[in-house]
Amino acid sequence: MTVMRYQKALATAVRDEMAADPSVCYLGEDVVHSLRGVSSGLAAAHPGRVKDTPISEAAFTGFATGAAMAGMRPIVEYQIPTLLYVAFDQIVNQAQKIRLMTGGQTRVPVTYLFPGSGARLGLAGQHSDHPYTLLAHMGVKTLVPATPQDAYSLVRSAIRDDDPVAVFLPANCLPRKGDVDVAVTVPIGPAAIRREGTDVTVVAIGHLVHEALAVADDLADQVDVEVIDARAAHPFDWHTLTRSVTRTGRLVVLDDTNRTCGWAAEVAATAAEELFHHLRAPVRRVARADVPMPFAPVLERAVVPDREAITAAILETAKA
Amino acid sequence: MDTTELIRAYQTMRTIRLFEETVVTLVNANEIPGVTHEYIGQEAVATGMCAALGPDDVLTSTHRGHGHIIGRGADPGRMFAELMARVDGLNHGRGGSMHAADVSLGIYGANGIVGAGAPFAAGAAWASGAPGAAGEPTTDRRVRRVSVAFFGDGAINQGVLLETFNLAAAWELPMVFCCENNGYAVTTPAAASAKVTPSERATGFGLAVREVDGMDVEAVYEAAQWAVDHARSGRGPVFLDCRCYRFVGHNTGEHMLGLQYRTHDEIELWRGRDPITAVADRLRGHGLADADLARLDDEVQQHIDAAVTFARASASPEPATAMDYMYATPTLTTATRWGHR
Repeated sequence: MTVMRYQKALATAVRDEMAADPSVCYLGEDVVHSLRGVSSGLAAAHPGRVKDTPISEAAFTGFATGAAMAGMRPIVEYQIPTLLYVAFDQIVNQAQKIRLMTGGQTRVPVTYLFPGSGARLGLAGQHSDHPYTLLAHMGVKTLVPATPQDAYSLVRSAIRDDDPVAVFLPANCLPRKGDVDVAVTVPIGPAAIRREGTDVTVVAIGHLVHEALAVADDLADQVDVEVIDARAAHPFDWHTLTRSVTRTGRLVVLDDTNRTCGWAAEVAATAAEELFHHLRAPVRRVARADVPMPFAPVLERAVVPDREAITAAILETAKA
Repeated sequence: MDTTELIRAYQTMRTIRLFEETVVTLVNANEIPGVTHEYIGQEAVATGMCAALGPDDVLTSTHRGHGHIIGRGADPGRMFAELMARVDGLNHGRGGSMHAADVSLGIYGANGIVGAGAPFAAGAAWASGAPGAAGEPTTDRRVRRVSVAFFGDGAINQGVLLETFNLAAAWELPMVFCCENNGYAVTTPAAASAKVTPSERATGFGLAVREVDGMDVEAVYEAAQWAVDHARSGRGPVFLDCRCYRFVGHNTGEHMLGLQYRTHDEIELWRGRDPITAVADRLRGHGLADADLARLDDEVQQHIDAAVTFARASASPEPATAMDYMYATPTLTTATRWGHR
């Protein structure tokens, strides 16, 4: 067990998988010199398995698909999370569908890494999205690790998985420090209860898990909040959520994507369908405003979920 | 081509042609759902190209993919079954015409998005020479895998294909870009969409380029052999500009629309260069009698008849299996909710 920054845990996971499995390769823009800090030293350690790609997101995403079908286990790094939009056809219409479309003839074990996802004060309209909802909607296994341990263990699980897996690494998590035990395995699927409580269930993902925990501590003398870290936007762990809401009867969902048709909308709708008779208050969402990210930091703060909005939602839900 | 090779090419081309004519019949009889795009007229390209491939080579196909798949040796019975949405189809009825694949033959699939399969071919070509590649990784350039990306001239303006040209050239990948230049992107003539020819554009990317008479299977085969050898021996990717023509509409139902984007005279001119008739004439030159050709035709007919019988006898998939094959590594919760869970 060592204390590690989240960013370092992520890089260590990639390093350890590349050392363990010679079919793992690493593709992306400026990865040889590790502009993003995930692939430091990999090119020297594994010549031929780390490729700087042209700025051609669609082509290198499809390239990874073909390499995966031919037996490799590629990791694709997107320098900016919104480059997902440029590569969208190759992920959701190609890689993700090929297994079903071929009737199970092939597998496509590709890991898509989106380091630095979400708003970071001042990156403005085209570099501030946190687009995990889009991939979850299309059925892609989509992970958003919140802790250094999960950054390490979930990324290793993603690389070892035989399907396409997208991993969004929130910008607000990258500098976080925490204990990492490299022997710990975290499978894709189960959520984690980060704080036990009896009054309100808060389900969050990525950096909002930490915001939820901070708010829960602040409110400790008023409301006993249970915080669930979903870990995966898809597949979502309905079992853990059901057990929690059955006890608390109250649910708040935190989501750093647009409110309309966002990930929180799916969680809230399913809770309303499945858990209606256990609910003692309306389900509440705290999500992004439906707006392109404005540049001014004061405006950015106004449209992303913050502690004030989370606090208000928890208190309203607790009183309702 | 020697006589044996030419006979084999004739059989393959006849099989593709009869397969496609049968597809039209089955579509019109509502035995094939969805949309199909026939390869009629272009048989020499797939046949000549596939004849030059080795057993470990890979190809990616297009929406007009039946010719590539049969040309590569897939079973017409399982191919019909796929088009007819049956469990014994190549893809167990999950793909249909536009996604048919036989990965065991290196066919990484037809594709419903123009140009989108080409980067798969690039990745597979790279994987064969990459350290740690599964299968039989090798640095021996004489034996490594070659990938062929088939696409039409319409794809020449698609970003992902042009990106793949560049990436393949920059990385000197062992692959062949096989452009089936039939002159039309659905209804739009090539000259209306691009200032330069496909060959001119490919040259600019640094690909080795050859223009080929795509109506002549021997010309395609000769060019394909050169291209595959060029790629396999480590001299980098090749672009083959195969001039050809589709004798029928963009898809099976197009004739219902009465579109006038090609003249009757133009179609008849190209039909006069039917690649299968041309091979039959050459086989006569090799000493085959009309009765020999008739016998070959009968064999193809029997083969196709048996294939249709096989496909018709195959069951439809059970509705409860609609989610099957979605994930290679299912988890507790990827047993995905379906409707109301």
